[in-house]
Amino acid sequence: MYAYDQYDQQMVDARVAEFRDQARRRLEGKLTEDQFKPLRLMNGLYLQLHAYMLRVAIPYGTLNSRQMTMLGDIADRYDRGYGHFTTRQNIQYNWIKLEDAADILADLATVEMHATQTSGNCIRNISSDHFAGAAHDEVVDPRPYAELLRQWSSFHPEFSYLPRKFKICVIASEKDRAAMRLHDIGIRIIERDGELGAQFFVGGGMGRTPMIAPMVRDFVALDQLVTYAEACLRVYNRYGRRDNKYKARIKILVHELGAEEYTRQVEEEFAHLLEQGVEPPFAELERIRTFFTDPPFEDDAKSVERSDPDFAVWVDRNTHRHKHDAYVSAVISLKPVGGIPGDATGEQMRLMARLAKQYSFDEIRVMHTQNVVLPHVRIADLPALWAELHEAGLGAPNMDTIEDIIACPGLDYCSLANARSIPLAQRISERFDKSGKTGKLGELKLKISGCINACGHHHAGHIGILGVDKKGKENYQLSLGGSEAEDVSLAKITGPGFDEDGVIEAVEKVTDLYLAQRTEGERFIDTYRRLGMEPFKEALYG
Amino acid sequence: MRILTGNDLKTGAVVWWTGEFWSLHVDEAVDVGERAEEIMAAEEAARRVNVPYAIEATREDDGHVRPAHIKDRVRALGPTVRPDLTLKPQDPEALDWVI
Repeated sequence: MYAYDQYDQQMVDARVAEFRDQARRRLEGKLTEDQFKPLRLMNGLYLQLHAYMLRVAIPYGTLNSRQMTMLGDIADRYDRGYGHFTTRQNIQYNWIKLEDAADILADLATVEMHATQTSGNCIRNISSDHFAGAAHDEVVDPRPYAELLRQWSSFHPEFSYLPRKFKICVIASEKDRAAMRLHDIGIRIIERDGELGAQFFVGGGMGRTPMIAPMVRDFVALDQLVTYAEACLRVYNRYGRRDNKYKARIKILVHELGAEEYTRQVEEEFAHLLEQGVEPPFAELERIRTFFTDPPFEDDAKSVERSDPDFAVWVDRNTHRHKHDAYVSAVISLKPVGGIPGDATGEQMRLMARLAKQYSFDEIRVMHTQNVVLPHVRIADLPALWAELHEAGLGAPNMDTIEDIIACPGLDYCSLANARSIPLAQRISERFDKSGKTGKLGELKLKISGCINACGHHHAGHIGILGVDKKGKENYQLSLGGSEAEDVSLAKITGPGFDEDGVIEAVEKVTDLYLAQRTEGERFIDTYRRLGMEPFKEALYG
Repeated sequence: MRILTGNDLKTGAVVWWTGEFWSLHVDEAVDVGERAEEIMAAEEAARRVNVPYAIEATREDDGHVRPAHIKDRVRALGPTVRPDLTLKPQDPEALDWVI
């Protein structure tokens, strides 16, 4: 994985020193909260429902064991013994003291980590495929391109005060495991006639106005990648609305201009920028690529003894095909039955770090589904790995099942939320585990957001739940038919909302209908698309 | 009643105005009536509280103070999904009070 050079380290260290001084001045009363707020937000420090919250960037979800160990140590030393992995492959700490914040950033800097650009109207952490560098179906490892864009976007003076926040995702396979088209810019690296290039999708997003990004360019040469991204940003920075926060995202601009006109303006800007020579030297991309070479894979057993049924179901559900046939990527579920999606204790983080070192060439990935991946595990090592995970409560065999629920922090932690998300996730996973339906349902992606900002990706859930405030009471809207994958679609609301008990019953009803109506090989989303909304509405409200 | 809440500047902890100081316990909150703006301005200037605001609440028959909105009740108790991290980890009825 990428290692900081002296410039990276100097930038991060300088930022820590700068923030330490800003925090000191705030504590001494030399800065008001109005003056300090934008400064702390630039360093990922929010003021949430119960305390300060620090969001730490995990570039394209990639960590090594030293970094994961540090994340666990921070949880124990400065927080209350745990952290929360987010839907953008980052981690958040919920109980941070302002007087500790600079020390935490300094600790992070010792392992080449930071919290800059995890808030504010700037280019946020670049996300990617959690199986990047390991998946059998990628045309190339997308992370060097994500890293190039990370370097380009870090402290970019022109894009530090955009109309709104800006999220970029880079993948390199037909399968979309990163919700690529629901980003402000989604980039897919493809191969055409033996040459690698990038497809650009611009103007996607969730939030209060969900949109699927249209393609604006079907092939950008990789030695023009940054220039094209710069052109997309420039048009947005110039014409994106700054008068209305709710209409300020690039998706609104692309929608209002029309994809064709937006693309025309981008192409015009692109032609202009090509003359300016803003693209970094190709040698820099080559230098970055050297950090992402394959570890020394060795031929070994391609199958494993599966007589233990619990182990077998974990292998079937929680491992993913690797590009080397003696290896798999193993998903560590942070969704134990009845647990809080995405939470991990300091001890669990240190365990995952040790397991990564022992079994996965020191590599870890964070998934946007709030789980963790060991990307390169020898098939022969799976029994030993599973035994340790099982022992630590990290062996839930539920990837992509109804128990693998994405849930935002909701009203239990978030000052923006209108309703709690986590208790629903806990109760639904308990209910379906108890009834034994989880396995029968197969792939079923359920996502819960506690407000319209959609951090829980409810628009993209096969089943989505949105918490709203109805006259001071929590109320939940159910939606069906969303997908964040290559068959991307936006979910539609079923009808009137439910209380907490009612929405759980509603989930049971729509899944029962699916089980009754599905044809051979159909997933929930396939059955929904075949039948349409009406029979589901009938089951819910009829 | 109208009560004041905010966060401690150093720790970020949720605090409530008692008439003399800022407490972690909502039950110690007092009705500030029309004096909310004046108290908040003075206390924020003195850095004894961060981003204070006034909310509606009721004092119940048993003496407990109950904020009108669920968001402030969650703030007063702590996350409902982690009873061990709330101010009343031993009270099984605390969650009912929030909802």
